[in-house]
Amino acid sequence: MSDVTVGVAFTAQESAAIRGDFAILSRTVRGGKPLVYLDSGATSQKPRQMLDAERAFYEQHNAAVHRGAHQLAEEATDAFEGARETVARFIGAQVREVVFTKNATEALNLVAYSFSNAAGTGAMDGVDPALAARFALGTGDEIVVTEMEHHSNLVPWQELARRTGATLRWIGVTDDGRLNLADLDTVITDRTKVVAFTHASNVLGTINPVAAIVDRAREVGALTVLDACQSVPHLAIDVAELGVDFMAFSGHKMFGPLGIGVLWGRYDLLKAMPPFLTGGSMIEEVRMEGSTYADPPQRFEAGVPMAAQAVGLAAACDYLTDLGMARVSAHEHVLTEALLDGLAQRPWVRVIGPVDGKDRSGAVAFVVDGVHPHDVGQILDDAGVAVRVGHHCAWPLHRRMGVTATTRASFAAYNTVDEVEALLTALDRVPVVFGTVI
Amino acid sequence: MDLYQEIILEHAKRPLHAGLREPFDAQVHHINPTCGDEVTLRVQISGEGRSAVVADVSYDATGCSISTAATSVLADEVIGHSVKDALASFTAMRKMLTSKGADPGDEEEIGDGVAFAGVSKYPARVKCALLGWMAFTDALTKAGVDISATSASPSAPSASEPASSNTLTSSPITSKIMEDS
Repeated sequence: MSDVTVGVAFTAQESAAIRGDFAILSRTVRGGKPLVYLDSGATSQKPRQMLDAERAFYEQHNAAVHRGAHQLAEEATDAFEGARETVARFIGAQVREVVFTKNATEALNLVAYSFSNAAGTGAMDGVDPALAARFALGTGDEIVVTEMEHHSNLVPWQELARRTGATLRWIGVTDDGRLNLADLDTVITDRTKVVAFTHASNVLGTINPVAAIVDRAREVGALTVLDACQSVPHLAIDVAELGVDFMAFSGHKMFGPLGIGVLWGRYDLLKAMPPFLTGGSMIEEVRMEGSTYADPPQRFEAGVPMAAQAVGLAAACDYLTDLGMARVSAHEHVLTEALLDGLAQRPWVRVIGPVDGKDRSGAVAFVVDGVHPHDVGQILDDAGVAVRVGHHCAWPLHRRMGVTATTRASFAAYNTVDEVEALLTALDRVPVVFGTVI
Repeated sequence: MDLYQEIILEHAKRPLHAGLREPFDAQVHHINPTCGDEVTLRVQISGEGRSAVVADVSYDATGCSISTAATSVLADEVIGHSVKDALASFTAMRKMLTSKGADPGDEEEIGDGVAFAGVSKYPARVKCALLGWMAFTDALTKAGVDISATSASPSAPSASEPASSNTLTSSPITSKIMEDS
């Protein structure tokens, strides 16, 4: 991960140029108000370059990939596999380690299911027994997550525990919204087979200390799975540097299209894993009695793949690379600090998560005294400011922080300090409407 | 914005008939899975059949101003009224809330409920206004009341199905807003 100090925030001129690439940002909402889109943590908006790439694929090269010998089939396959190369380069991975999935949720389920599928008769035939043993889960084994996980990196592991008889444990969260690292050695033990955790919390904005968790997991021989949905769009990522075994992220949160996610995994592990979804494309040989399977990544890409989305995602990676991830980080850091400062000046607002900008991404959740987050979001929406309200698919985390729900603003490279101001100005109406303070 | 009518803010600040009371015939717990709002609601019925009356509705709710106010209005509208009238109020309320702004509501049928007409223009908030009402019809069913005249009856996919009686997920109105949780 590059240090954010390497980059500098975008100039006003650069910001204007970036915003010009996102047509939707110039529209108005709720009776002519300029859209202030602060919900990129849920999904990002799309640059013209990405949309053009998808359109060009459909208009010029569309065909089912990995099938057929006609020219279009070849071009579509090249475009799809070329996209894989671009995505791999973007995260510092080998090309054959990049698996395209429907979304990050499917990528995480793929890993979770590979553990329980590994228990099937013959599923691990031909796999080195020591490697196969890493995927063997049963009573007495433990799965570790954290209390700040998105449901997508929690429920699949709860279900895996239920299917296998393993026990789910979790690393707690401190009052200021950091992982309780004091728990590390007691929660991750010799019984731990897998540690799944988020790189950056989609609610608190906390960036977790990957190295410390990976070191402890390695000490006990557990596999590590990183949910990078909220980090890949915002920080320079190098999987080799992170040291995890698997990493999942979604395309639509990083200027890419809906309907595509990525699972990255170490090749030796992917090679050992049984398939998750089965059917066309992922086979080596099929007979009525049974089948054998292709090598990764094809083993995990059953059915006609989402080639246009892959092409779009690659264009999104190129777009971010052109912006420079160090600059994206630096820019969002400026916005995050501006928002945290603005919220700190309002005693009737409480930030849920770290209140300073250190090891923090651009997701800022908060509560307003005496006003439900849904009502806060409604007042902001009335001013054209789009934020997320609710538990953001992290219900246990909200319970831990002692709140039912929060209002969350989240940034992307196209946001500006003026938009932070617009949010704060709209927020000042909340206590007035509800008569809570002032 | 015509959402936050004075009357809604008033009910939200000082909800009527709040708190859980004895005696009661049935108690239900409903959750809105998108935001985590919840309501525990009790009903007490007196009389039977056509002469059945809603003797009491008591509740303990955590929610936004819309859901808190809606439950307050609900309790005030139905307590002391016949079950038949209460169900008519529910039907009228739901019709208005799902009309996307077309139905201004009838004060005769839903009283302060007409203040919620603006909610119907905000599809994401309709579930908030209906949380208490869905709990109420579910509680009536559990108390043995036949609510088949309304489409909240158990024959339709409704909040009274045992498998999902504690969430709104089975409500046809609210099921479509669940995908992001």
